[in-house]
Amino acid sequence: MLKISDLYGKVEEKDILKGLSIDVKPGEVHAIMGPNGSGKSTLGNVLSGRPGYEATAGSVTFKGRNLFDMDTEERAREGLFLAFQYPVEIPGVSNMEFLKAAVDAKRKHHGQSDLSSVDFLKLARETCKRVNLDASFLKRGVNEGFSGGEKKRNEIMQMMLLEPDLCILDETDSGLDIDALQVVADGVNAMRDGNRSFLVVTHYQRLLDYIIPDYVHVLAGGRIVKSGDKSLALELEAKGYGWLENEVA
Amino acid sequence: MTDFQQSALQLADKQQAAAWLQPLREQGASKWSAASWPGRKTEAWKYISLAPLQQQNELRWGGEADDSAIDAVEQVELDATCLVFVNGRFNAARSSSLPAGVIRFVDADAAQQDMIQQHLGQVVDSERHLFAALSNAWIEDGILLHVARNQKLEKPLYILNVATPEASAAVASQRLLVVLEEGSEAEVIEHFASDAREQNGFVNSLTEVVVGANARLQHYRINLEEENLLHVGGVHVDLHRDARFHGFTLAQGSRLKRIDYQLNMRGEGAHMDLNGVYLPRNKQVIDYHTNVEHCVPHCTSNEVFRGIIGDSAKAVFNGRIHIHPKAQKTLAELSNKNLLTSRTAEINTKPELEIYADDVRCAHGATIAQLDETSLFYLQSRGISAADATSMLSFGFINELLNQVPEQAIQDYLRPRLASLFGKGDEALGRLSYE
Repeated sequence: MLKISDLYGKVEEKDILKGLSIDVKPGEVHAIMGPNGSGKSTLGNVLSGRPGYEATAGSVTFKGRNLFDMDTEERAREGLFLAFQYPVEIPGVSNMEFLKAAVDAKRKHHGQSDLSSVDFLKLARETCKRVNLDASFLKRGVNEGFSGGEKKRNEIMQMMLLEPDLCILDETDSGLDIDALQVVADGVNAMRDGNRSFLVVTHYQRLLDYIIPDYVHVLAGGRIVKSGDKSLALELEAKGYGWLENEVA
Repeated sequence: MTDFQQSALQLADKQQAAAWLQPLREQGASKWSAASWPGRKTEAWKYISLAPLQQQNELRWGGEADDSAIDAVEQVELDATCLVFVNGRFNAARSSSLPAGVIRFVDADAAQQDMIQQHLGQVVDSERHLFAALSNAWIEDGILLHVARNQKLEKPLYILNVATPEASAAVASQRLLVVLEEGSEAEVIEHFASDAREQNGFVNSLTEVVVGANARLQHYRINLEEENLLHVGGVHVDLHRDARFHGFTLAQGSRLKRIDYQLNMRGEGAHMDLNGVYLPRNKQVIDYHTNVEHCVPHCTSNEVFRGIIGDSAKAVFNGRIHIHPKAQKTLAELSNKNLLTSRTAEINTKPELEIYADDVRCAHGATIAQLDETSLFYLQSRGISAADATSMLSFGFINELLNQVPEQAIQDYLRPRLASLFGKGDEALGRLSYE
C-alpha cells in the first residue's frame, strides 16, 4: 500500500526527516509515536504534498506508484487521505458544497458520474449521523465556528465519504475528550475492512486503547528508532520517550 | 466651466419641471457651474479618471424603450411594490400601483410637495458632492417614500432602474427620497441593471434618507450593469435618535462606477451597519467612498467591504470615519478586505479615521491578499483541483457577506449570479446547502 524508504524531508530549509522507512501493507494499522519535534506532522504533510514540505531523498510508493509523481489532488483521488491536526476553517464555503466537490472529483477521476444533489444530500446526512454531527453542520461554512471535537469528527466524516485506501490520522486525538475520542475511534474501526490501511500519528498512547494497531513505531530525530507491536506503546507510556532517546544515543 | 459641465447644464433646459422644484434646480445648477472640475489632485477623485464621462459628446436624455429591454433583465423574485424606471423614465405599465406613502414627485399634492421640499437636497451636502449638485439641477421626477409614525411599510419597495441600448451615450437621472417618521420601518431595494448589450450611457443617481427617531430602514443597492455604462451615485442618510440603518450594496460592471455612502449620526443611540461587495473585472473601474459622521455620543457604526478585483480592473475603497469632539462612547468599526486575482488588477484602499473624542472605540483594517494557501491545500488534499479550489475560495470570500443578507430573496437572486462569475454553476446544490 505505502512503502516509505529512507525518506529525507525538509521544511523551510530545515531538515526534519532523516532516513525514515516504513512499509504499510493493505489492511494494516500502523501507529507512529514520538515526542514533539520528532517529525510526526512533517511526515503527513510530505505524504500529502503540502507546499513548503519537500522530500529531498528516498522514495515513497503508494499502491505501487511513485507518490511524488502525483500532485496533492491526484494523491487524494487515488485514495490517500490526511486527517488534519488542525482542520482549516473556510467561512463562506459551505461544508456541503465542499464535500460534494470532493466526492465528485474522486468519482470523476475513477470514471463515475457525479452524484445528484439529492442523492448526495442523503448520503451526507447519513454520514453525519455516523459521527454524531447534526446535519445542520452541512450548511455551515467548512469548520466555521466548530469546536475542536466537531472539527475532528468532520475530518472523520470526510474520510467516510471519500472511502480512501490509506488514511493518515495526524494527531487526530490531540485535544479530544474521551467521548469524542470514542466517536473518532468507532469511525476508524468501522472502516477497517482488511484492505484499507491506516497510519495513525499520535503523541499519546491513549488513542491506541481505542484503535488497536498492528505495529507501533517510535519516531525520533526524523527516523524510526524502534518498532514493535502494541505492547511497545505501553512500554513507552511507562518509561517515557527519554528511555528510547537514551537507548538510541 | 468645462464643456461637460456646460452641456450637462443645457440638458436641464430641455426638461419641463414643476415650478415648486425650480428653487432646488437653480441652486443645483449654480453649484454645478461654479464647481471646479475634479482632477488628479482632487482628493475625492484621486484614483479614478472622469475622462470617460467628459468624452461623452452631445449629451441627451435617454429615450423610451420597448418592453423587451425590461424583459431582458431578471428581477429579484420578491413580494414587493415594484417600480420600474427605464432610462430614467417611469414605466407605469410595468410597475405596481403605488401604495399610500409612495409618491412620484410629479404627482405630489401640496402637502407632499412640502414634505419633499423640506428634505430633498437637504440630507446631501451638494457643496461636497459635485454630482449631487448636478442631480439637483436635473430634478424633474423622482420617488418619495414616506412612512408615517409607528407604521411599517407593508411590502418592501423594489425600484428597478433599467438602462437599455436606446440610452446609448445618453443620460438618466434617478432620485429617491425616503422619509421614515418616528418608530416606523421599511425595506427598500434599489436595483440598477442593464442587459448585456452595450449601453455606454451615464446614470446619475441620488438617494436621500431620513431615518427618524427609533425608526429602522433596511436598504439594498444592487448595481449589476454592463461593461461600458458610467454610473455616479450616492446614498445619503441622516439618522436621528435610536435610528437604525442596515445597508447592503453590491457593484459589478461599468468602466466608471462611483458610489458614495454618507451616513450622518445625528441622534444619540443611532446605529448603522453597511456591508458591501465589489467585483470589477475586465477593464471595469469601481470606486466606493463611505463617510460616517459621528456627531453625537453613544452611536455605533459597522462597515464591512470586500472586493475581488480581476483582469485589468481597478477598485477604490475610501472609508472615512469622523468622530466629532462631542461623540463620546462611539463604537465604530470598518473592515475592508480585497482579493486580487490577476497581476494587472489594482486596488486603492484607504481607511481614514479622524477622531476628536477621547472615550471611543474605533477599529479599522484593510487587507489586500491572495487566497489563503492553507485553505487551498486543505481543499486540494480532498481531491479538489487547484482551479476549482480557487473559485470556491474566491466565491466563499464574498459569500460570507451574502450569507448575512437578511432578505432571502436577494440572497437567492445574487448567489447563483455571483457563483457563475467564479465558474461555479451548481445552482441546485447552492439551494440545497442553504435551504
